[in-house]
Amino acid sequence: MLGNTTDLQNIGRIEWPYPVNYGKENYSEVDLLIFGGGLSGCAAAINAAKRGAKVAIVDKGPLVRSGSGGTGIDHWHDACTGPGSTVTPEKMVEWYLNTPYWGGKFTMAHQRYIQAMESYDALMDLERWGCPIRDMDGEFEGADFRDPKTRLMYAYDYNQRTCIRLKGGALMKPLMKAEAERLGVEIYDYVMSTSLLTKDGKTGPGATVIGGTGFSVRTGEFYVWKAKAVLVCTGIPQGLWRFSTELNGASAFHWDPNLTGDGHMMLARAGAELTLMESNNAWGGNGGFRYPMYGVGDWSNTWYPCPIVDANGKRIPYVREGKEIEDWDELFENAWPGFPKSKDNITPGGLATLPPDLPERIKKGEFELPFYADLTAMSPHERRALWGLMIGNEGKTNYPVYKLYGQNGFDPDQDMLQLPIFSPDDVLTKPSWVGTRIPQWREAHRTSNCAIFDWTLKSTLDGLYVAGLMTANNYGAGAHATGRYAARNALKYAAAVGDCELNRDQIETEKERIYMPAKRTNGVGWKEFKAGCARVMQDHCGAYKSEKVLKNGLKWFDTLREHEMQKLYARNPHELMRVHECYSQMVCSELTIHASLARKASTSTFDFKRTDYPEVDPPEWDKFVTVTINNGEYVTSELPLDYYLRPPYSANYRENYDKYNAL
Amino acid sequence: MPDCEYSQAYLVPNPMTPNSAIIFDPEVCTGCNKCIDFCRTDVLMPNPIEGKPPILAYPDECWYGGCCVGACPTPGAIRMDHPLTMRATWKRKETGEFFRIGMKNPPPPNLRPPVVE
Repeated sequence: MLGNTTDLQNIGRIEWPYPVNYGKENYSEVDLLIFGGGLSGCAAAINAAKRGAKVAIVDKGPLVRSGSGGTGIDHWHDACTGPGSTVTPEKMVEWYLNTPYWGGKFTMAHQRYIQAMESYDALMDLERWGCPIRDMDGEFEGADFRDPKTRLMYAYDYNQRTCIRLKGGALMKPLMKAEAERLGVEIYDYVMSTSLLTKDGKTGPGATVIGGTGFSVRTGEFYVWKAKAVLVCTGIPQGLWRFSTELNGASAFHWDPNLTGDGHMMLARAGAELTLMESNNAWGGNGGFRYPMYGVGDWSNTWYPCPIVDANGKRIPYVREGKEIEDWDELFENAWPGFPKSKDNITPGGLATLPPDLPERIKKGEFELPFYADLTAMSPHERRALWGLMIGNEGKTNYPVYKLYGQNGFDPDQDMLQLPIFSPDDVLTKPSWVGTRIPQWREAHRTSNCAIFDWTLKSTLDGLYVAGLMTANNYGAGAHATGRYAARNALKYAAAVGDCELNRDQIETEKERIYMPAKRTNGVGWKEFKAGCARVMQDHCGAYKSEKVLKNGLKWFDTLREHEMQKLYARNPHELMRVHECYSQMVCSELTIHASLARKASTSTFDFKRTDYPEVDPPEWDKFVTVTINNGEYVTSELPLDYYLRPPYSANYRENYDKYNAL
Repeated sequence: MPDCEYSQAYLVPNPMTPNSAIIFDPEVCTGCNKCIDFCRTDVLMPNPIEGKPPILAYPDECWYGGCCVGACPTPGAIRMDHPLTMRATWKRKETGEFFRIGMKNPPPPNLRPPVVE
């Protein structure tokens, strides 16, 4: 014992339970290599394999449950081409462009159009793969939200009918994995993707992507893929500003904790452009004061519009456009999408909310905390839809909320689930389970932090496609839509592109980089390193940004890279994964800071405030700031907000869709 | 002589928080290890002794997804606990009684299945 805590931990240690073989190479040649096995990756894999392509899909977790939607989805958005829909894809896009929270003028509207065009088709695919969608057994017969003819069930707006409740969303991912297996997709579970391989090993603008590398988080073995085309759909970077496993554990994440920005790191290192990296806020569900997702009383999203009562049973009214809603049916009219009337860019337009003056009314004693979600006051169909259909299918609710709460005696027919206790000023926080937010605990805004991509969902590099959250699409439906669309286009490219050799130097350099930490058994632990990086972002890239402070943040990362990062150690392949996640997050943090430096104006569309450029939305800054790495340096550039409607593209969404959908 | 037997004292690191996240019942678990291959955060490891429950190697990395419990073919073999910082509360409307997740004497369970199993 040398007096080091790791020595104490090492006493009584057991051998790693998998056969470790660092450096051993596994090789495969495919038509389409997919990094990221979530909904978009799986949808892409299936759509490519069914067209006869040889496909490999790689995920840090198990395909059966991986990804943000892996544990379930309760509703399916933007099914504009579905039966009964009264919203056209054009109208849906217009809504996004007018709704700051979902993107506003910074919306990647071409991707939203693709989603609106293919969401329903993707849903029908799911149904074919065995996922229950409709209420076939009539459990909800007679409910306002159920169409008796199609037996589809709708959410939010029962007239617009663009958002469909899923009968069996919790089964989606296992069914998709089964379909991928059936079609012969090569599935690489528990393998972390680490880099893109390029023609002649050249990276930077103009590079061509021809494969990728990874390593097994169980055995440590190395993987090399040669691919005609590569699709990266690894989600958005998370946890750049916040890391603690000593409070709630890694469950202080809304999204999939595997979303550590690995894809962003890979794209940047290859030279592909990313954008909206400067969009981050404290609105998300990732703070340290949160509760299980959907597992506390709430009034928004999945819980809309559960009656809310105060500690004395007094009803708190729902309000829309300043008017109290008295009629239950009104809650579902013009609710979604609706055009936003509120300037508060946290509130999507249309849905009714609790009264905006609720904080004052609590302080004056009109309503008393705690509040409760009075499920008992809902009609049986609406109650069962909320607790049983939505809670039960939505992510992390089937066992962690529905069944576990039931085992503990919770009964929606008798019980009112308490809302988290907020200070009155924070009581309108939604969804409620995110808990109190503090400005230091920020997160990449989920309809941002994406790649620059065109109408084929190709990145700025040939051979490299993106889907899902990497296209700023935050819905399960959008993940499917972009996945299937990107796969078709990637295959079209793959069919035409010639063969080329992988660059051995590039592979060897990557191998050395990957295994370096596995050569050390002591030094700086990954948890402290991750927390340290988060502290740098909290201090230097917070709610108010400025050049001197941002640049100090970069100096911090430079010195971390030269010092503490060189001491990261990994005592097994799992730790090696965590170490490399730290590296991905550092790169994403640096991308964020560079993008923040480049945007020399504040904006109201997303939470970006500069004390040195306080002017909000000067017109000359209505543009995208892009960032990537070239010759080892971070470089930023610009693009018009409507670049996808300018030459060589048409100014018309439908024309572009018809030309580039590869159907 | 003390009136009760104290436990033997060992030099050990602090308990990890959250403490347990996933709890196996060694009497029920068959060691099939199916849960290990469903965990998305890779926190479960095979026990070196075949047939014994998996080891929760990283309770601090658990995402509380419940995929392990969902995958388990043997009811009662595995359960999940939310951390003490994240346990929900409710009130029974008729009686005003206070309940929460993780009580010593919980009310009788409500075993109505969700819409789709």
